[in-house]
Amino acid sequence: MKKLLLGDEAIAQGAIDAGLSGVYAYPGTPSTEITEYIQHNPLATERGLHSRWCTNEKTAMEAALGMSFMGKRAMVCMKHVGLNVCADPFVNSAMTGVNGGVVVVVADDPSMHSSQDEQDSRFYGKFAMLPVFEPASQQEAYDMMAAAFDYSERQQLPVLMRVTTRMAHSRAVVSTCEAARPENPLNYDAQAANWVLLPANARRRNDKVTAQQAQLEADAVASPYNIYSVPAVAQPPYALGVLASGIACNYVQEALQMAGADGMLPMLKVSQYPLPKALVRRLLGDCERVLIVEEGQPFIEEQVRGVAESNHILGRLTGELPRTGELTPDVVGQALQRAGAPWATASAATPDTPLVVPRPPALCQGCGHRDVYAALNEVLREYEHPRVFGDIGCYTLGFLPPYRAIHSCVDMGASITMAKGAADAGQWPAVAVIGDSTFTHSGMTGLLDAVNEGTDITVIISDNLTTAMTGGQDSAGTNKYEAICRGLGVPDEHLHVVVPLPKNMAEITRIIRDEINYHGVSVIIPRRECIQTLKRHAKKQREQ
Amino acid sequence: MKKDIILCGVGGQGILSIATIIGEAAMQAGLQIKQAEVHGMSQRGGDVQSHLRISSEPIYSDLIPLGGADVIISMEPMEALRYVPYLKADGWVVTSSVPFVNIPNYPADTDIQAALAQLPHVVSIDIDQLAKDSGVPRSANMVLLGAAAQAIGIGYEQLASAIGHVFARKGEAVVGANLRALALGKQSSGL
Ligand SMILES: Cc1ncc(C[n+]2csc(CCOP(=O)(O)OP(=O)(O)O)c2C)c(N)n1
Repeated sequence: MKKLLLGDEAIAQGAIDAGLSGVYAYPGTPSTEITEYIQHNPLATERGLHSRWCTNEKTAMEAALGMSFMGKRAMVCMKHVGLNVCADPFVNSAMTGVNGGVVVVVADDPSMHSSQDEQDSRFYGKFAMLPVFEPASQQEAYDMMAAAFDYSERQQLPVLMRVTTRMAHSRAVVSTCEAARPENPLNYDAQAANWVLLPANARRRNDKVTAQQAQLEADAVASPYNIYSVPAVAQPPYALGVLASGIACNYVQEALQMAGADGMLPMLKVSQYPLPKALVRRLLGDCERVLIVEEGQPFIEEQVRGVAESNHILGRLTGELPRTGELTPDVVGQALQRAGAPWATASAATPDTPLVVPRPPALCQGCGHRDVYAALNEVLREYEHPRVFGDIGCYTLGFLPPYRAIHSCVDMGASITMAKGAADAGQWPAVAVIGDSTFTHSGMTGLLDAVNEGTDITVIISDNLTTAMTGGQDSAGTNKYEAICRGLGVPDEHLHVVVPLPKNMAEITRIIRDEINYHGVSVIIPRRECIQTLKRHAKKQREQ
Repeated sequence: MKKDIILCGVGGQGILSIATIIGEAAMQAGLQIKQAEVHGMSQRGGDVQSHLRISSEPIYSDLIPLGGADVIISMEPMEALRYVPYLKADGWVVTSSVPFVNIPNYPADTDIQAALAQLPHVVSIDIDQLAKDSGVPRSANMVLLGAAAQAIGIGYEQLASAIGHVFARKGEAVVGANLRALALGKQSSGL
């Protein structure tokens, strides 16, 4: 069957066809569409595959391990920074190993189209001593899912599948198989001792996994995804060779095609790690110079260069490629030229039109977050040095004009804890602004810290009843926020729910002012549905 | 056959539906396709673009090289100008003429028209008005697609059949409106 699929959708379809029993995920660009595809897939529905959103990436990773323990195949999906949140279970999953196959799909976002940083997940794979797959095309992404689940079960280790924005969010025609493999049955063969990471067990597993590394590398050398190709006509030594990983291969091929130079360079394509050193040595032996092209940080380049300065290994560290940012056919074409491929032609671009101005994203007209910031700004104007600790979501856009209302945004949940630290330092007023989904993702524990110490902070949970920034997914705590805050010990007198609308401005500003003047933890919950999901719900109703 | 197309506009204007129709038509024609989309942050009223590549030969890169686009199809005139560095020297620009002003420093309309006029092949149409006048106000993006049909190298009939396919689920009325919009665009482009 042929389908036009996003890379994310190809991964989802590949997982379903590989006999998946559950996907566990928290939304995050550019990974969100993997889980959404499974949520809407007829076979997944018929089989009752788990696909509900999790509260955060850590609960997702752990639930997937539990499913694997019982013998079934589970997938975990997240954006790159999500891997920081689940780093604890992720790294320790190498120690427990798996029973049913586990594939952890992580979508990196070089150039930070929708992210706080440019971290490269392949480092986590190496750090945890786990095999990493990095597909070069949507078709390969689909094919790799079945291979990754099989490999995970054969090696009894999770597999990390790393993609980047352009793979996740680009469509291509993908051939899929006719019939999905059945799900694994429950299986009680897992050696329970492996799963109890007391030091004695963990040491035994650590020795085993360390010893396994040689096998993983041998498998990478033999992998059908790692291909060394040499020009049909010329003989070594070649003046220039290329080592490219994942979709970086495509940009190299594009440059070759543009120059009518298809197949003219020796090229090692790497899509499975640990780094297949034997193949890299062959390439280095055959070529006078090697250009290393990889999407993300210079992960392979650093391993190949080591500490020995070499004029023969070129890439991001030597300036042929930009040190940061995502690859494009243009920067790769220029790099080939700089590395001494005279045929590589820089494309002739029409110059920029100076007239064009940036058009940054903004809070929607009619969005409740707007009313929250309008009220907050009105009150905080009365203080000399107010500080507002923001968090991650649509409401981060409150940093931009006209509101310019927040002073920080670091990682999910950091608003409450940073406000607490600032208050500990003597700051007043210290206000935290956090979204509903972000609050259940990572805000609750910080609120407990503040309650336990009676810290003088004012927390605003701006509840739009959804996870809006990533496209309106269900939010784990909907209808539970007052109960959660009460349960954590926020007193009723200092827990308020308001409706953020211009007509309620007087009430909202009064409450904010009163709670700033109360010297303890208070929580204000402005609650009004996101206007995007509101429109979508209205449209659905009209259609019915 | 090989066409590289930049689709652009402002988040929420419906460029992805245009991409879906071209993609479907290209797939029916047995062509290779790569279509890089924008999801996420910039969809909140920011500038959005999609690189759409169709070819009878294998396509490697998901992104179009600078100076490589045969056509820019834009839902907004300033957004059309933003991607001019991607345009081939003799490439086409097919754009809506109606500015979408959601920023304080939006340039003067006359300056935008003047900058567009310097490009070799420009079709600029008030797609909103056309769609409204013809009773298909929700299908302005299909008017634009119709206007670009000649430049993208896929037969008009194939685009129409793709519309039938993609919108089938939404009922005959929706399919009909979008087909009317497509025809309207084709006529008004003068191509
Ligand atoms: C660890 C981590 N996971 C996921 C994301 C992606 N992400 C950014 S904002 C956001 C949603 C926030 O939702 P909410 O707090 O309800 O605010 P809203 O966007 O609805 O205003 C998500 C999931 C991230 N930045 N970091």
